[in-house]
Amino acid sequence: MIHHLILRVVAKLLIPYILLFGLYVQFHGDFGPGGGFQAGVIFASAFVLYALIYGVEKARQVIPDAVLRVGIGLGVLIYGGTGVVSLLLGANYLDYSPLAHDAPHGQHIGIFAVELGVGITVASVMATIFFQFAGRSERDEED
Amino acid sequence: MAATVFMIVRLRSLFAVVMLSGIYSLLAAVMFVVLDAVDVAFTEAAVGAGISTVLMLGALALVKSEEKTPERTAILPLLAALVAGAALVYGTLDMPHYGDPNAPAQKHVAPTYLMESVPKTTVPNVVTSVLASYRGYDTLGETVVILTAGVGVLLLLGGRRRRRKPGKEGE
Repeated sequence: MIHHLILRVVAKLLIPYILLFGLYVQFHGDFGPGGGFQAGVIFASAFVLYALIYGVEKARQVIPDAVLRVGIGLGVLIYGGTGVVSLLLGANYLDYSPLAHDAPHGQHIGIFAVELGVGITVASVMATIFFQFAGRSERDEED
Repeated sequence: MAATVFMIVRLRSLFAVVMLSGIYSLLAAVMFVVLDAVDVAFTEAAVGAGISTVLMLGALALVKSEEKTPERTAILPLLAALVAGAALVYGTLDMPHYGDPNAPAQKHVAPTYLMESVPKTTVPNVVTSVLASYRGYDTLGETVVILTAGVGVLLLLGGRRRRRKPGKEGE
């Protein structure tokens, strides 16, 4: 199953574009449909595809569990931290207006930051869940 | 969509059921596009049809791929489902028509969002500004829910590997 040449080549061609599309959806969410949730899922699906074709162990080498675990927490931390920053700047929690010199710019930066946090958490959680499920069935086969 | 649901209920092969639920999500995404809710459609297509189908297949690899046939037909659950369904359909009779400008959903905060969000945030996609700015608390909560899901899966499935490494006995 690991040796399908066509699948491997096609996956290798597709994965960079999936990652790029994920980033586009992430950072273009202000202007078109999309945002952190969708981008996170698309980003994770690139790793899922890699794991499906090359095996979960290889994918775990590409993106180690420790990185994913840090990512799960980091995203929420970025989100919550944005709120704390706006608290420190004298506004309400998660009010982004004081983050820049004028309110619309601050809103832009705030939305960008929280969407980034959402994206990181969603991508890490999705990849983690898949690795746990798929990795477990592969381990069971080894026994 | 109704046909897909009927097949999901009838079929006993879990692989086909997973595939059909993916198709169901894709159809739901199409429906959201028809309703002009592109962001929701995007999410439905990516999460419902994409990643959850893959996750279901991953889970399917761990269990048997045939659903057990129930020993007796369940009359009471069927009755309960029918009554609940009828009550829901009865509830929709009172709902305002699609696109009705006097519907409560159009009167409450939606006009404020639509009028104010672009000048205030200069973000052209109102969905994003409502989601991240006006409704920032809700979205923070959603992110924490996802975090909890990830932590839960790690706790349930992640520990086993560590237990196995020192000694291969057990289980």
